[in-house]
Amino acid sequence: MSARASGSGTSDQGRYYAGIPMMSYDLVKELVLAVVVIGLIVLGAAFAMSSPDEPPVTIQSWAQADPVDFVTTATAELAGTSESATYGAPYTDGTDGVQWIGPFSPQAFFGNALHLDTAHQFVLDPLTVVAGDSGELHDALAAYGAASADQQSAWTSAYSHALADATVSGGAVTVAAGDYGPVPVLMSNELALARSGNLDGLLLGNSRFYQTNYSAPLLFMADGEYLSSLAEDQHLAGDQWGMMNETGSYPGQVWLLPVSFWYQISPFGTAPNADLVIMLIVGGLLLVLTFVPFIPILRDIPRWIPIHRLIWRRSALRDPGPQRK
Amino acid sequence: MDTPATYLQWGFIQISVPNLLMILGMVALFVGAIVLPFPRHKPAPAPPPEPIDAPEAEPTSNWTARLSRAMNRRWPWHTLLPDRQPAFVASWIYLFGVGAIASLIWIVGSGVILVIFGPVWWHVSSAGRFVNSIHFWSVQAFFVCTIVHLVGKYFMASWRHGRALTWITGVVIFAFGALTAFTGYLAQQNFDSQWIAAEGKDAVNSIGAGSFLNTLDYSQMYGIHVLLLPGAVVSLVAVHILLVRLKGVARPIDQPRPEEAGTTAGKAAAEEASR
Repeated sequence: MSARASGSGTSDQGRYYAGIPMMSYDLVKELVLAVVVIGLIVLGAAFAMSSPDEPPVTIQSWAQADPVDFVTTATAELAGTSESATYGAPYTDGTDGVQWIGPFSPQAFFGNALHLDTAHQFVLDPLTVVAGDSGELHDALAAYGAASADQQSAWTSAYSHALADATVSGGAVTVAAGDYGPVPVLMSNELALARSGNLDGLLLGNSRFYQTNYSAPLLFMADGEYLSSLAEDQHLAGDQWGMMNETGSYPGQVWLLPVSFWYQISPFGTAPNADLVIMLIVGGLLLVLTFVPFIPILRDIPRWIPIHRLIWRRSALRDPGPQRK
Repeated sequence: MDTPATYLQWGFIQISVPNLLMILGMVALFVGAIVLPFPRHKPAPAPPPEPIDAPEAEPTSNWTARLSRAMNRRWPWHTLLPDRQPAFVASWIYLFGVGAIASLIWIVGSGVILVIFGPVWWHVSSAGRFVNSIHFWSVQAFFVCTIVHLVGKYFMASWRHGRALTWITGVVIFAFGALTAFTGYLAQQNFDSQWIAAEGKDAVNSIGAGSFLNTLDYSQMYGIHVLLLPGAVVSLVAVHILLVRLKGVARPIDQPRPEEAGTTAGKAAAEEASR
């Protein structure tokens, strides 16, 4: 004979469970067993399958693997036409990456926080460090700095077009002859700096010695095609459900499926303001999930779909009876 | 495991085999949890007499004494750590909450070791890689348990009878867990981190958060991952557990409270209770 919860008790739970058969239950033992069982599963998986660790890309490895893409990207950074240069808040004063829904744009509201100058931070400043007080690079930097903005734009634009037919020989990028001003000298030195590995350090350098902010090199790399091509090879791109994928043969962030889903369907995934729209949709759905207890129909579905009858079988609602040996 | 996974495609749906296995595993766990019989427990002995509240002592200006009395009144130990449960709790589905807590213990334990040895250690040491692997798989276990727990609680409508706050804290834990995992992926210092930072920045920027949360700033993401978000998750889990213990688990849907008299279900419940 089991004890039923006392309806005459004074505690809230005593009243709440009135008439319900009660059973002995060891919550502490349950937790200890759960820690052991989960531990065995986790340790077994860790031992048998390890964990993903694809080595990072560096500016050096990018410049060595795909010098034309590197120089094309560096030229766009110099010209101020790269994705980062024209992005807008929070990196620059541009507008290309700023997303709106009608007059609503929290991105624009918070504004440019990083004040990125791709021409100087990614190209001119690192080259200035190694240019010295004379020589071809010093003169090229001086000539570029002395030119008008229109002239600079004409040089970089012409050089960018020429890069479409560039050839690579001995690690150097060669384009057809043209009026590029000092840009080829700047770019050949930028490429050499990158291939030597020095640009990785120069992009992180600051006057404070310690550095853990990788915004500059990561934005630089993200502006090129190389990083995204590696990601697409691993099915990590946004339109490949990449948000929930992982490098190698490991499971990824499966729990992001309700977010990744929206990036796969038109018009959400293809809209210029896709991220803002999808973030608002997902935020709205999260609010709905949070307040399910107060939302008619959604809170009633569990009554209509009798899965609960499988969980609370009739036999389980009666006295628990003798313990199974 | 380092070779690219096989991907399956149906129309616009594309999924890796490892991800598919995780999803099928969650479905199998959910179905198994609600279908498989649960070992029966010993019936509880007769309930001990309700603790008799000590007669209210004389009013005191001692803040510690007043706090102690208030805590004893609101959170008595026999409620926080009961040695009995309603018999209807005998289902595997009730174990995924504690499974998530157990996973969280492994996550925090392995995470503390990773923090002690620093972010480079696991890339250059086999011992470090093993600890990181424990961290990685316990995160997977945490989300498997949490999702099955969440789905199970939905179909049990566990927010009934004044338990809405318990449900709400559970959903918020899931959301904060996803944010913690996101910053963890950013803190790995490998290609995955680079790509997620570069690709994920647009979503973060679009809602204006990019001006103060820079996915490309390693130390900011690392600090948030190892301190702020885990602190939030652990605190929320503590509140969630406290609410579960104070309120107890919700009665079965077909067994409404006897005091819900007048309704058919209430009468049936009263009959059931009187047998």
